[in-house]
Amino acid sequence: MQRVDVFPTHEHQEYKLRPGKPFPFGATLAPGGVNFSVYSSHATSCSLVLFEKGAPEPKAEIPFPDEFRIGNVYSMIVFDLDIEAIEYGFRLDGPWDPQEGHRFDKSKILMDPYAKAIGGRDVWGQPPDWDNVYQHRARLVYDDFDWDDDRPLEIPLEDLVIYEMHVRSFTKHESSGVRFPGVFAGIREKIPYLKELGVNCIELLPIYEFDEFEHSREDPKTGRQLVGNYWGYSTLGFFAPKAGYAATGKLGMQVDEFKALVKELHRNGIEVFLDVVFNHTAEGNEHGPYISLKGIDNKTYYMLTPEGYYFNFSGTGNTLNCNNPVVRNMVLDCLRYWASEYHIDGFRFDLASILGRDPWGAPLSNPPLLESLAFDPVLAKCKLIAEAWDAGGLYQVGSFPAYGRWAEWNGKYRDSIRKFLKGDIGMVGEMAQRLQASPDLYATRGATASINFITAHDGFTLNDLVSYNEKHNEANGEDNRDGTNDNDSWNCGWEGPTDDPGINALRMRQMKNAMTMLLISQGVPMILMGDEMGRTQFGNNNTYCHDNELNWQDWALLEQNAELFRYVKTMLAFRHAHHALRNRWHLTGTDTVGSGYADITWHGTQAWNADWSGTSRILAFMLCGKHAHGGQREDNYIYVAMNMHWDSHWFELPGLSEGMQWHAAANTGAPPPEDIWQPGEEPLLENQAGILVGDRSVVVLVGK
Amino acid sequence: MEVSQRTEGEVEVIAISGEIDGSTAPAAQSQILSVAKSDAKILIDMSQVHYMSSAGLRMLLVVYRTVSGQGGKVVLTGLSQDLEDTMSLTGFLDFFDHFESVDAGLAAFN
Repeated sequence: MQRVDVFPTHEHQEYKLRPGKPFPFGATLAPGGVNFSVYSSHATSCSLVLFEKGAPEPKAEIPFPDEFRIGNVYSMIVFDLDIEAIEYGFRLDGPWDPQEGHRFDKSKILMDPYAKAIGGRDVWGQPPDWDNVYQHRARLVYDDFDWDDDRPLEIPLEDLVIYEMHVRSFTKHESSGVRFPGVFAGIREKIPYLKELGVNCIELLPIYEFDEFEHSREDPKTGRQLVGNYWGYSTLGFFAPKAGYAATGKLGMQVDEFKALVKELHRNGIEVFLDVVFNHTAEGNEHGPYISLKGIDNKTYYMLTPEGYYFNFSGTGNTLNCNNPVVRNMVLDCLRYWASEYHIDGFRFDLASILGRDPWGAPLSNPPLLESLAFDPVLAKCKLIAEAWDAGGLYQVGSFPAYGRWAEWNGKYRDSIRKFLKGDIGMVGEMAQRLQASPDLYATRGATASINFITAHDGFTLNDLVSYNEKHNEANGEDNRDGTNDNDSWNCGWEGPTDDPGINALRMRQMKNAMTMLLISQGVPMILMGDEMGRTQFGNNNTYCHDNELNWQDWALLEQNAELFRYVKTMLAFRHAHHALRNRWHLTGTDTVGSGYADITWHGTQAWNADWSGTSRILAFMLCGKHAHGGQREDNYIYVAMNMHWDSHWFELPGLSEGMQWHAAANTGAPPPEDIWQPGEEPLLENQAGILVGDRSVVVLVGK
Repeated sequence: MEVSQRTEGEVEVIAISGEIDGSTAPAAQSQILSVAKSDAKILIDMSQVHYMSSAGLRMLLVVYRTVSGQGGKVVLTGLSQDLEDTMSLTGFLDFFDHFESVDAGLAAFN
């Protein structure tokens, strides 16, 4: 039975048309044609602008007839389009009245906010034609990828180890040895490496289409080209993967290439999280370019001051008006699209506190967008992670509106561990909280609310954290003014690289100490790309503008720092082997299963007697294996002694139940290969009464 | 784009030459599927195809799903390095057995 709506009812020049369907917004393949739909609350007219792919001038402009508008939505089906051969945009007319928030300009061709592929930056770094009347061009895609039986993996959050990485940086360096460097396909070639390391989730820095040339400039001193948007935190379109991140981007196949990567990662047990940026767009403020939202419906999409200027809670010129109902729906549509069409497993929201502000900038106690995301049917199994602060001074670590769903980047975890690691006093009380997934912050939200990290793309790498006291951002061309000064780092005695074997040995030990603390903490660990092999940014803690060795992973380090890599991957295996380290709910400090031991107990140089004093640099704890996963799983007992003092200390060990003995799992103070043992192969400790823990060292034991 | 067809034993050998894109893929698809009776053994010789767009990739997958849904089998032969890369990077190659030569492809049916 043929449908009635496959017949055109209108014509414009040679184009055959029919009134479209308002939903879904954007361009959707319809029988015999394409349904175009765009919303604007204040436009007075709208045209569809069609280009032959890459052509400098439009080949047609089709005004939406009046009868094609329902409410504030213009929709139209255009028949017989070769969807691979065209690009499309919209031209809207309406008031120019900035005080009222309106900036319509019918001389501009505007990109569809729902564009599923965007042309114009098809190959990374290829200089565009700056005179092009339509820089970032909406394209059509087939959403018909053949997933077989794949779907998001739904690995329990407590079992994840997240690996934060940048698509280009991961394999662009010639040492990566991949056939397709710097793109999605390059990651696919490195899946065996990710599996060997033992991570089961990669979190990609933004992959929504962005313009790597935005804010590009020359370093006035060196003449070196700086890529202002290397990390990609300035979004052009929320529905389109970056073409320049696909080897097949020049063929317009980035959608399929990214989906193929997700499918292959899933086949290997690795989830995919996206770092998403809904706090601002690449359109800047009143001096910025017209790309899309500004010309389609400025007043709806941006937070504006009473005078019509742009609020700047993101620190980048504008702020997306996330709690306007229309914008909120766009964000929801976007995330549902990525979850359903791309099988994305989770999202990390950049400057997420902005998503909880009302249209006038005030923080909301019950933000509709965050609530909608938390209760959305399609996103129900997706992990939602907030960067719980913004550039407007809102800091919500521990208080982000969570609705039982949201986890947070735990910035306090990072700060506490760094301070304890370098030997600061007054930290043991805080450390006890951090090691338990910060119940002081997330009392009612459980251990999985805490995404634990010591390093992230923003700030020092782990190697640099133990090699530099100060940031060294001169290469950013701002006289070292940019980037945070609060690094809580310690160079171990010399600023930067050194040949001093003592200092290098200490740095190696400190990196192992940090990785150990991260991987034995309750909560969800996140590792920064390359920290497992000692990646350096040469002391730069803000490498947002470098398309070079400052960001690219040098894979030669894998051999140079083989000792570190072996340690980290074995410590990851240790975490995966022990449910006691991966509780969903907070430990209670009490015995709830009748084992005779509390789930967690605190110790020091004396067993059962931790030194909580303000001058202590020592802390030890024991996890009772019978309490693993709330008592639902049986595990070994685990004992961890952390000595961040500059002298070695004798730690008296807590006694185990009869029949069990302590075995050495790791000791960062011991030379390899005795620094760590494969799970199951831990040697019996000769002296069951105590152990000497070297200066600035961590010991991990298993009782079995 | 041209499609020619011959029979080698039980195998339908279909040779495509030219470019497969949005304008030619529908014709190629209908010609190939016209020989896709149940249990069909279909070999598609791609050695004279030098460009394939997204629509071309989908045409091949539609053929694969149609033929394998009827108990048949499809193999590809003679993919250029570029085409093989494109199909591999986009995940389409996962569905196909592919061989360098028609002879090797024919042998795969035995």
